Amino acid sequence: MRETTSILPLRFEGVGFSVGGQDLVRDLDLTVERGHTTVLLGPNGAGKSILLRLAHGLLAPSRGRIDWAAGEGETTGRRRHAMVFQKPVMLRRSAHDNLTHALAAAGVGWRARRAKTAETLERFRLAHLAGRPARLLSGGEQQRLAIARAWALDPELLFLDEPTSQLDPAATRTIEEMLTGLTAEGRTLMMASHDLGQARRLATRIVFMNRGRIVETGPAAVFFARPRTEEAVHFLDGELI
Amino acid sequence: MATDFASALAAAFGLIVGLDPAFLGVVALSLQVTLSALAIAAVIGLPLGALLGISRFPGRTVLVVVVNALMGLPPVVAGLLIFLLLSRSGPLGAFGLLFTPGAMVVAQTVLILPIVVALTRQVIEDLWSEYGDHLRSIDLVGARAVPTLLWDGRFSLTTALLAGFGRASAEVGAVLIVGGNIAGHTRTMTTAIALETSKGDLPLALGLGITLVGLTLAINAAAFMAGRIGARFAG
Repeated sequence: MRETTSILPLRFEGVGFSVGGQDLVRDLDLTVERGHTTVLLGPNGAGKSILLRLAHGLLAPSRGRIDWAAGEGETTGRRRHAMVFQKPVMLRRSAHDNLTHALAAAGVGWRARRAKTAETLERFRLAHLAGRPARLLSGGEQQRLAIARAWALDPELLFLDEPTSQLDPAATRTIEEMLTGLTAEGRTLMMASHDLGQARRLATRIVFMNRGRIVETGPAAVFFARPRTEEAVHFLDGELI
Repeated sequence: MATDFASALAAAFGLIVGLDPAFLGVVALSLQVTLSALAIAAVIGLPLGALLGISRFPGRTVLVVVVNALMGLPPVVAGLLIFLLLSRSGPLGAFGLLFTPGAMVVAQTVLILPIVVALTRQVIEDLWSEYGDHLRSIDLVGARAVPTLLWDGRFSLTTALLAGFGRASAEVGAVLIVGGNIAGHTRTMTTAIALETSKGDLPLALGLGITLVGLTLAINAAAFMAGRIGARFAG
């Protein structure tokens, strides 16, 4: 990862998002520190995906502020965070061209694009799939390619919206290994997940959400050992909340 | 009657196989006018339709309805309006386009542009609902997203262009009004068919009709095959 002025911490202050007068998330106060893997936990409709989309700029908050430490985008002229979606969005092109397209969109020149694409395919063990139409790859391969495509943009912070929810255990394990590799490079991850086991394996911090608000945040080990709220206790016990 | 038809058909094939110069001239002019109009409509209509597909602004729904309605614009009405625009006393009369192939290209472009825009808008809107999150995530929004969407939607957009080609190649009313159906100058297959039928010269009308249908079939088949093969490789 490039050494540049960090865009982190990312701060949410009183953030809310409403549609048609209905609050989908409200009163979000949160700080995302550098180097952590933050897992957003919570039942369906808790607001995890909306929080990620607000942070990534795909949605504009109805209330409150979202601030980046270094004035995101000002330090390099391009976005320093990337996002991987639950269902990978694959362009109707080869795996190789999906990578070059993202790099071209980021303004990477032709020569550097070629080199970075080759490096990315190698790094994520996708070289043998380079010429294959991306949409014909398996679900696991597509998600690997989506993460590789995001990595190629050299993000300091990577948002992942339930990246393994549609994958089998073997593919899930591969993705988790990839994510562990990204944190080892010093990248910060923020991921929504339903999978408590995955959260235990990957998270250093937990943000527990329910019904559009943040209920509890803290170190993952503490959250799983001694949840502070009754909602979190019920959620960890697999009960309806 | 059956004998008349059979002899007319035989004479028509004679014209086609014999590569009659007058016959070939009409076919060549028809293709030149239609393909020129299609090219202009594609250059304008594809990006315009794509922008309409991904943009949200007040009055967009009204605009979409108007563009859709214009797909059914009666050719004779379009021809009349263009005639008035291009006539010597009209606002564009100074260009001297009336009764030239250029006027016919303008007329056909006006007729097929709404088709290209409307069908492109639909294809790109569907594609945007699939690609939108990713493209916005990498800051490809608005006009910056259009090249990606047009390229990835190219196989579906072939249908939009084929629909435009079909409308233009089959059109007779507008080109008759603004072209004048002048022999060797502005006579196309459709206007010639109408004229020769009214004169009772069935072999030439039939020969042109067979050629028109054959060309339309050939172009559609080629585009269909290219789309199928391309889609297989692109996924």
